[in-house]
Amino acid sequence: MRRASLVPYLFVSPALLLLIAFGILPIGVAAIVSLTDMNISGLANWSNVEFIGTANYAALVADPDFWRALGNTGLFVVVGVPAIVIISLAAALLLDRADGRFARALRSFYFVPAVTGIVAISLVWGYLYNTQFGLFNWVLSWFGIPQVQWLTDPWLAKFSVAVVAIWRGTGLNTIIFLAALQGIPREYREAAALDGAGEWRTTRSIVLPLLSFAIFFVTVTTTIAWLQFFDEPFVLTDGGPLGTTTSASIFLYKEGFRLNQFGYASAGSIVLFAIIAVITFVQLRLRRRDEES
Amino acid sequence: MRSPEAVRRRAMTGAILLLLSVGAITTAFPLLWMLAGGFKPQREAIDFPPTLLPQEPTLDNYLRLFSELDFGRYLLNTVLVVLIGAFGVLFMAMAGYAFAKYRFRGKGVMFFLVLATLMIPVQVTMIPTYLILNGVKLTNTLVGIALPTLVSGFGVFLFRQFMSTIPDEVLEAARVDGAGELRTFFQIVLPMSRPILAVQAVLAFITGWNSFLWPLIVASDQKLYTLSVGLSLLNQQIAVDPALQMAGASLMVVPVLIVFAVFQRYVVQGFALSGLK
Repeated sequence: MRRASLVPYLFVSPALLLLIAFGILPIGVAAIVSLTDMNISGLANWSNVEFIGTANYAALVADPDFWRALGNTGLFVVVGVPAIVIISLAAALLLDRADGRFARALRSFYFVPAVTGIVAISLVWGYLYNTQFGLFNWVLSWFGIPQVQWLTDPWLAKFSVAVVAIWRGTGLNTIIFLAALQGIPREYREAAALDGAGEWRTTRSIVLPLLSFAIFFVTVTTTIAWLQFFDEPFVLTDGGPLGTTTSASIFLYKEGFRLNQFGYASAGSIVLFAIIAVITFVQLRLRRRDEES
Repeated sequence: MRSPEAVRRRAMTGAILLLLSVGAITTAFPLLWMLAGGFKPQREAIDFPPTLLPQEPTLDNYLRLFSELDFGRYLLNTVLVVLIGAFGVLFMAMAGYAFAKYRFRGKGVMFFLVLATLMIPVQVTMIPTYLILNGVKLTNTLVGIALPTLVSGFGVFLFRQFMSTIPDEVLEAARVDGAGELRTFFQIVLPMSRPILAVQAVLAFITGWNSFLWPLIVASDQKLYTLSVGLSLLNQQIAVDPALQMAGASLMVVPVLIVFAVFQRYVVQGFALSGLK
């Protein structure tokens, strides 16, 4: 450890200033702007901005579109989180079980979606989903199933949009689970096998409990990711049809950058932040209680 | 003679490999479909039933991206945003070094601030960041596009973790030899941190290349669009030209796939580390 006058500050300042400017300061700005009627005219001239107290929050509570966006988001969380956790855990367990060069080569395939750009991927899926000339409807036509409106049927669109996010979100979590699996000492499993436990039994009674931290971690981060769900519906459906795929984030984006209601959207973002914080906090508490018992 | 137990194990392994292969093909299929689609003539891409492979492969779609549309400029902008991202990696390394190897007033508070940024969702920062960038006249600039995601608290944290394993004696020796603080950092610390630098550089490339929300918000002038924003427009403007869309999508995805194939070890390591925070 060194004590030196200015040097450490010089090293820290570029990164710290950026983090403060774009990570910390915005919280305060959002809180203040949420109490104003800031819009496009306020952007040009600050004197056009007026404090309106908690009027934005009151308007949010009365806005059925906001409630619907929250409801959609809740549905995405309830369906999406278990789907991603289970699929990526299963993929990781199988990849870990099957050793050898071939299985190792297969791994890359599972990781690839995690690094692809979402806009490009949404276009590809949009093409696959296309009602008239999409591949999916062609495959279904083999079985005599008539054209499916993947992205224009209000209920199906939710599902179609979520599938793309599940496809893309699985790779990263598979990597995390695999890393955790490789941290489990071989002896544990060998001991279980010596005691006569079958493979399924060993997985359930030895491996899964040892993975509990990884499962918890993936559940928390995946929940946060779904609460912020934005890219896939934005590109595939733009929140439609009839707002059925409008997540909370898309609602905020549209209010903020299409309608230029910066004050109103900021109030919504503060509410979303509070929801994310509360849910994460509850998950942490549940985990702690789990560990104590 | 094999025991029934061994036969069962082999059968099980075979079944698992088969299952994994099916999963891998399912995962990779949309990307293969994209590549094939990009080489189909415009008419063939909307044929029903669809063709699996292009019957008359053509480069037309790619040529149109660069001649009729402005994808040359979008590509250049994306490359520039990625290059600006390199400064972010350097800044994170510098901060990580200071947190790992110096004692200074305010260090605890500063490090807490770094970690606190990990908990702030982008939806909250979206509007204020736009207002802040607008306030300093950086909206509609490439620097403005790159700035909000240039540095991540998690990156600083990882650099700190790695650099605290560098022995103090090495740094002392450099100082005894008369190397200044900056020189010690660039000639001793950075070379010794190559593994974590590689991880961060590859991750910064992927994030910068793929970034969508900030370019969308910050760039209102079409001259500053990145590939991702240009592509999303392609979706809205020409909905019935999937061949062109697939060519554009390939243009965006293939470079990342190449980087991933070459540096897979670092990418996987970086993602696995993110599970440890």
